Amino acid sequence: MPSLKDLKNKIASVKNTRKITKAMQMVSAAKLRRAQDAAEAARPYAERMNAVIGGLAASVGTSASAPRLIAGTGSDQVQLLVVMTSERGLCGGFNSTIVRLARAKAHELIAAGKTVKILTVGKKGREQLRRDFAAHMVGHVDMSEVKRVGYVNALSIARDVLARFEAGECDVVTIFYNRFQSVIAQIPTALQVIPAKFEAAAPNTLYDYEPSEEAILADLLPRGIATQIFTALLENGASEQGARMSAMDNATRNAGDMITKYTTIYNRSRQAAITKELIEIISGAEAL
Amino acid sequence: MAGTLQFDLVSPERRLASVVATEVQIPGADGDLTAMEGHAPTITTLRPGVLKVVSAEGSKSFVVTGGFAEISATSVSVLAERAVPLEELNAVLMDQLIADASEATAVAVDKDAADKAMADLVAMRAAAGF
Repeated sequence: MPSLKDLKNKIASVKNTRKITKAMQMVSAAKLRRAQDAAEAARPYAERMNAVIGGLAASVGTSASAPRLIAGTGSDQVQLLVVMTSERGLCGGFNSTIVRLARAKAHELIAAGKTVKILTVGKKGREQLRRDFAAHMVGHVDMSEVKRVGYVNALSIARDVLARFEAGECDVVTIFYNRFQSVIAQIPTALQVIPAKFEAAAPNTLYDYEPSEEAILADLLPRGIATQIFTALLENGASEQGARMSAMDNATRNAGDMITKYTTIYNRSRQAAITKELIEIISGAEAL
Repeated sequence: MAGTLQFDLVSPERRLASVVATEVQIPGADGDLTAMEGHAPTITTLRPGVLKVVSAEGSKSFVVTGGFAEISATSVSVLAERAVPLEELNAVLMDQLIADASEATAVAVDKDAADKAMADLVAMRAAAGF
């Protein structure tokens, strides 16, 4: 049986925790709104880019002269997994779900005899994957200095990935991120970026191309891949804040429940102590 | 009265402009072109240069560094990797653009294209008067 003082301290400490989780929830709510706005603002560019590349890829993609970024290297032996996670914890299952998906994929590929390489973005994923796949880690992108995810961040990741592809270090590149659906639902997603798959839009207009279709495609593909990575980063950012918000909401509610529970116990034991003292006094008086 | 077309300028991060324009001058990779209403549907890549939009309210210029333009009879969409209104351009920003470009040149596979982009940028700096 804890003493009254212990209980009082416990209640005070849970109350402080509740204040912190409540504050974190509100901060995440504000950040989530900003992240959603950013994702919204980036949509027109990404949609256009995908539509145009899709149209081009549909006409050029099947020919023998198709760029390697679409056609691939003709092999799928070396697989690069780009795992995007957050820099900070306390966001519920956000990082674990991505890592679980990536880990399952990695195990599956290793079992199939492929070479797996892992590039992590965000330190939480690296910490979790390092335990199982230390030998497979080829790099890490530190995002801890980044306050707002910008296109430059996506561009540097894309350059890194493209350089590895050009150097023949990997055949297939897949990115792992959480797609934002709502505050309570984030869907861990694996998206293959190289060889690139763009949805071929129905070619409703016949375009003139300047310079040639192939040249435009070759110019646009790296940008298209950077855009896909950028979209993934933004979705991931919104998902992280959403996950943190709901995790902190739960934590706040749990803290409230705990406070109620401990307060009841505190009141009961205070009452019990009083009763006990009274009985002692009365029985003392009677004994005289 | 000349016909009008819908002009959109979007960067990866946001939509920069969306206006009804009478003509749009685009720094295409193979040379400058002006799009007006009824232009043949064209997709062209951009070289670093100045993009000029003329509308009923006047004209507005943007410095773009790359991307592409999609032109149809009634609209022009420019997807620029980086676009800055000309009046906001200053020497510091220009130097930064050039620094970025020279960084890209250093790692580029296609040296010719990168060198050309670099030359375009330097020419643009001269044109902008820095």
